[in-house]
Amino acid sequence: MTELIFFINQVVIAGAVLGSIYALGAIGITLIFGILRFAHFAHSELMTGGAFMAFLLASLFAAWGVHAPIPMGFVVLPLAMVLGAIFALGIDKGFYAPLRKRGAKPVTLLIASIGVTLMIQGLIRLFFGSGSYSFFENEPKDVFRFDMSALGSTRPLVITEPQILMIVVTAIAVIALHFFLTRSRLGKAMRAMADNADLAQVSGINTALVVRVTWIIAGALACMAGTMLALDVTLKPDLAFNIILPIFAAAIVGGLGQAYGAIAGGLLIGFAETLAVFNWSMVLKPLNTVLPEWLQLPQTLALVPTEYKLTVAFVILVVTLLVRPTGIFKGASS
Amino acid sequence: MALIELKHVVGGYGGAPILNGVDIAIEQSDIGVIVGPNGAGKSTTLKAIFGLLKVTGGTIEFNGESVANSLPDKLVPKGLSFVPQEKNVFTSMTVEENLEMGAFTRKDDFSDTMTWVYEMFPVLAEKRRQPAGELSGGQRQMVAMGRALMSKPKLLMLDEPSAGLSPRYVIEIFETIVRVNKEGVGILMVEQNARQALAFASKGFVLAGGQNRFTGTGAELIADPEVAKSFLGG
Repeated sequence: MTELIFFINQVVIAGAVLGSIYALGAIGITLIFGILRFAHFAHSELMTGGAFMAFLLASLFAAWGVHAPIPMGFVVLPLAMVLGAIFALGIDKGFYAPLRKRGAKPVTLLIASIGVTLMIQGLIRLFFGSGSYSFFENEPKDVFRFDMSALGSTRPLVITEPQILMIVVTAIAVIALHFFLTRSRLGKAMRAMADNADLAQVSGINTALVVRVTWIIAGALACMAGTMLALDVTLKPDLAFNIILPIFAAAIVGGLGQAYGAIAGGLLIGFAETLAVFNWSMVLKPLNTVLPEWLQLPQTLALVPTEYKLTVAFVILVVTLLVRPTGIFKGASS
Repeated sequence: MALIELKHVVGGYGGAPILNGVDIAIEQSDIGVIVGPNGAGKSTTLKAIFGLLKVTGGTIEFNGESVANSLPDKLVPKGLSFVPQEKNVFTSMTVEENLEMGAFTRKDDFSDTMTWVYEMFPVLAEKRRQPAGELSGGQRQMVAMGRALMSKPKLLMLDEPSAGLSPRYVIEIFETIVRVNKEGVGILMVEQNARQALAFASKGFVLAGGQNRFTGTGAELIADPEVAKSFLGG
């Protein structure tokens, strides 16, 4: 039983948190790809920038003496998401919209987004330095320990307050997005444009409005993902830049352009990465009593060392593309 | 006053013009059919009306209002609707969602229009919850027409509605077009099955080289020996 609880602590909870963050980032990437047909590399900076905005707001609120029963990062999240949406709209208007107007190819937009990535990262370093910050400098990170001795476990089930809130907030966001895409006029128009942009235009759908809504949703969700990542680890200028590749892998594995695919891909890669670096030695330790002397389990027994965690995403990506070239949810092939 | 009137329209995709002076006039009671050889500018004419390419000369008036180079999101609310030849349904969306997208520009309740479309195409009512990509070619064409009718257009433009359909479906689609016209929707269509389409057309336009070659009623054009020889295959 102790081993099972250990497994839940190390894999199920951590995987759900990482998967949620990947999923929220991948949704934005997949929506932008569906509508504007380019790989938005600077999505990592929407996440990092959003996290820094949330951090500033949280510091401001704390300075004003605002107290809340939940971590300040979550209190300011709705406001930060509004700023994140405006941030995304501004980047589109300043950099991508002028290129689209000139009929730029997707690869030009991709390169432009790499430029935007470097620019925003530079700006963040300029104002915040390259050090790291914590949302929990002035407030404690509540940790819940559920005693599992009734089930015969010597270890408690450990989950932090931010982790619980992250999983809840992600679930709310995903459900809200589902209703938006399937019930609202604008959400359906978004799906229509991702399906067939020319026909959407011919139908009289206001495509410029759909593009704006896409950036609003992508920006807000990126801000949410970035803030949650910063709450889970620490806030630094290359916060999301380090995980943009697995997020892209999640979007591609799920099927580009498919919002549900991005969620599935994000969770899949999040869990797989966590599982791959999990130290099985802890769970399999009881076997040592039955195994012969010469075949004792080593102290660490993980599939891949932690520093190779990122490769897991690409192994899944390659395998998926070999078996189902358009991703789990049949996305765009291009 | 004609519902739509093109006077000497010149236009293209930026290079040399494809349309070199096209004249078309259609009443709301008309079924207008544009025929002609490949590359004559038939589909291009419809796209020029719908703002999908640049009109550099001549005038396009809809209901007495100049609409040259207006974009679809402005034209659809005015009462113009267009069914492209290919990729004319949202394959990943259900039949009903396809129809809803046709009504995107409408702010009023469109449930009666949907009922009207389902009465016209009963098979779509059966498949309303099915993704349009799973339907047969003929049924997709119905979804495409239904989508275009959801905006309650005064003029419905169709680009080769019978392309790629079996002969049975060709007749069914043509019958539907006549029925839609009887309900008070003007029709302007491009057709490859020229003789068959001119048979029920009240106005026919033979284009070649981006210009009108012959204009008349459908019956007149079929009867004209020169049109028959050059454009209807004898």
